[in-house]
Amino acid sequence: MAQSGGRKKIQPHIIEEWTGKIYASFCIVLLVVTIFSMVYYVATKGLSTFFQNGIALSEIFGSTNWKPDGEPAVFGALPFIFGSFSTSILAALIAAPLGICAALFMVEIMPKFGKKYLQPVIELLAGIPSVVYGFVGLSVIVPFYRDIFPGQGLGILAGATVLSIMILPTITSIATDALAALPPGLKEGSYALGATRWQTLSRTVLPTTMPALLTGVVLGMARAFGEALAVQMVIGNAPHIPRSLFESTSTLTSVITLSMGNTVMGTTQNNVLWTLALILMLMTFVFVFIVRWLERRAKR
Amino acid sequence: MKKSMLLVLTLVLSLTLAACGQNNNAAQNNTAGTNGGTTDEASASNGGGNATASDLSGSILAVGSSALQPLVDQVSKKFMDQNPNVSIQVQGGGSGTGLTQVSGGQADIGNSDVFAEEKLEAAQAGELVDHQVAVVAMAAVVNPDITVDDLTKDQLVEIFTGKVTNWKDLGGPDQKIQIVNRPSSSGTRATFEKYALGTKTEDLQGSIQEDSSGTVKKLVGETPGAIGYLALSYLDDSVKVVKYNSVEATEENVANGTYPVWAYEHMYTKGEPNEVVKAFLDYMVSPDVQSDNGDVVELGYIPISKMQVKRDVDGNITK
Amino acid sequence: MSAKTVDKIATAVIIALAGLIVLIMAGLLGFILVRGLGHISFDFLTSPPETIKEGGGIGPQLFNSLFLLVLTMMITIPLGIGAGVYMSEYAKPGKITDFIRLIVEVLSSFPSIVVGLFGLLVLVNLFGFGFSLFSGALALTIFNLPLMVRITEQGLASVPLAQKEASLALGLSKWKTIQSVMLPIAMPIILTGTILAAGRVFGEAAALLFTAGMSSPRLDFSNWNPLSPTSPLNPFRPAETLAVHIWKINSEGLAPDAPEIAAGASAVLILTVLVFNLLARWLGRVMLKKFTATK
Repeated sequence: MAQSGGRKKIQPHIIEEWTGKIYASFCIVLLVVTIFSMVYYVATKGLSTFFQNGIALSEIFGSTNWKPDGEPAVFGALPFIFGSFSTSILAALIAAPLGICAALFMVEIMPKFGKKYLQPVIELLAGIPSVVYGFVGLSVIVPFYRDIFPGQGLGILAGATVLSIMILPTITSIATDALAALPPGLKEGSYALGATRWQTLSRTVLPTTMPALLTGVVLGMARAFGEALAVQMVIGNAPHIPRSLFESTSTLTSVITLSMGNTVMGTTQNNVLWTLALILMLMTFVFVFIVRWLERRAKR
Repeated sequence: MKKSMLLVLTLVLSLTLAACGQNNNAAQNNTAGTNGGTTDEASASNGGGNATASDLSGSILAVGSSALQPLVDQVSKKFMDQNPNVSIQVQGGGSGTGLTQVSGGQADIGNSDVFAEEKLEAAQAGELVDHQVAVVAMAAVVNPDITVDDLTKDQLVEIFTGKVTNWKDLGGPDQKIQIVNRPSSSGTRATFEKYALGTKTEDLQGSIQEDSSGTVKKLVGETPGAIGYLALSYLDDSVKVVKYNSVEATEENVANGTYPVWAYEHMYTKGEPNEVVKAFLDYMVSPDVQSDNGDVVELGYIPISKMQVKRDVDGNITK
Repeated sequence: MSAKTVDKIATAVIIALAGLIVLIMAGLLGFILVRGLGHISFDFLTSPPETIKEGGGIGPQLFNSLFLLVLTMMITIPLGIGAGVYMSEYAKPGKITDFIRLIVEVLSSFPSIVVGLFGLLVLVNLFGFGFSLFSGALALTIFNLPLMVRITEQGLASVPLAQKEASLALGLSKWKTIQSVMLPIAMPIILTGTILAAGRVFGEAAALLFTAGMSSPRLDFSNWNPLSPTSPLNPFRPAETLAVHIWKINSEGLAPDAPEIAAGASAVLILTVLVFNLLARWLGRVMLKKFTATK
């Protein structure tokens, strides 16, 4: 601020303008610096597994064997990667039809009722803390699955069920926005041609909004992928690829929360956990790029 | 040209600002840490009506094992009542975190369920001074529907290595065995494997792993055919305790060495502790805390003074 | 099957699924509230927790949650609005702006556990803030910034162009225009968004496990000197929030009534989030009315 006022006598409103501009730029630079330092620190920590501890890349991504304490220690992260993908994809598969139907209901079928009751209800779902979801999952969903299906109740399906409820608001709100933004002429044209509501929805509305709907689904998946505590409570945490949907397994996040506190920083066991965090972070980038690509398609 | 100048200027300015911000905060942090105890609390009443209020002052940060946290937390409150100028903060986070922080100098005391030598490099562990404050014993627990009430060491090994998968092979009902284990990094698991099984085990396909005693208890109590292990302080009616080699897991059996599945609770300091930390650690092992109606017993640990046997890092037992 | 029948079936399916969501929601809320409400009392809300005895409360945790929220918002709001103003008013379309936008998007979908770990590494250990409210607030700021930026952008975009241009034509500087004309108009949207974001802070646990810590030192509620370690207002003390407390007593609780405390605390948490939501809606409506009336 002082630098800019150095040269000549400067009008107060110019100083004011500079102050504002610098302040706004400062905020944005801070934001950029934060994310870069985050990527930097997590990446250096995560990569030290390969450079410092000499673990092969092929071991982490190619082996299903996770024995951090074994002789020799083996760090195969494949079960966790599998667990993370299967739970988040399954959660998206459960939540997508529900969320899109809720959006259709709110926008196309009963807008008044939907806006007044369904939307606040779904927004509230978004506000429920993940700890509470995990708690409910462990006390309701796990015993329920244990009684109906063979197996322990814990596992991929329990995790996916809890996650699907958690990501429902994301999918619904994006779908609602997309449907509401549709030009009314499109629908009216279809109705004028004598199409029923479902014909209009399935042949005109849904295909046009498809990229936007998928954006919501992908964002929901991204959230499911990164969720930690709720999943850890219901997944069982065995470091193996499960043989059924009801057998204990792990995700990237669950193994990090489980072991981070028990390992000493700087050791191989600890560094491997940072590598897993790095994988999580890279997956976030992938999800964002998919979303961008979908958004570009939606604009066309 | 002008624009890029502007950009550079902004960058420089924001960085300096950010740096200033940090310095300020750090400075503030320091004052809060060191002065806080002396200036502000001195003016407060010498709480607890303690006649012999000491002139110790300072702050202590103890970090680590969540199994030891309740004890340190409770004792620290009593200690602060007697020494109003001392402020003690007790953090959980796990034994690994505790050892990391004490060895890195961020914490004054690192709480751990295991010997530092088992987690740290020898050089780092050598700098730490061990203060054993209590003993925690563990017992194998099963789902209440399982009729088995005594398991030998070999039977346990067979269960946890997956050689026996049904309770009927052990004289129980025809029910599949469900293992509820701890993650391989857990101190509780290390103790159980070392002293109950005598061997390391692999994580079996389908076994459940939970780090927290509460969840283990819940799952063992609810899942048919489940077996797990818990510290004695967590035992209640929702799970069934089995004897180990026909020995019951009682305080007496642990103290005289007949029940082997136990471990020390350690409080590590880097080098010899300073006056305040030493006073606190001394208080931890004083009769006030360790006696039959002291905090150690109240919270379900076994007093270190009661132990008739001693054990070193390698598990050698001496009377 | 005729088109009409298909239409009816499809409509029925959509209504049924929408109904299912309401049912799930009602079940979830009912489960938490029925189990928890009975345990909530004034005493429960104000007394400190007990380690092994019955009858512990959640007083300090509730205070910590609220205080952390205030701290986080004190950092987030100025920074978020500043960055939002930059993005919507100063940024020139181009590669750099696109890149920043991408970064904000990435940051908003970062897993909370990664943010927590970063906090542990950099804020707690490297900067030496320790497990403290301040570290926790900074970690939560990282989460909330992108949200705040987006909200501000949305708010500023809703300002009618004519108003902005009129102000600039009067000779006011751009910053003055933003400050005195645009931000007040955008306020209802920004405020509503902020309150909803605040609800998220309230329920976050994963990131706080690694930054704000899992214990609460003895608090002396008569000591309001922010530099004293026992003062509730000291931002450099460790603090266990309500969400973290639920996590902790679920996993390590020794008290005989731990399940009831967890249930009660969950109910309190949900009720608070509910209040936040209602407040946001109400405030949004009131402010909208006020602005449309004065216009």
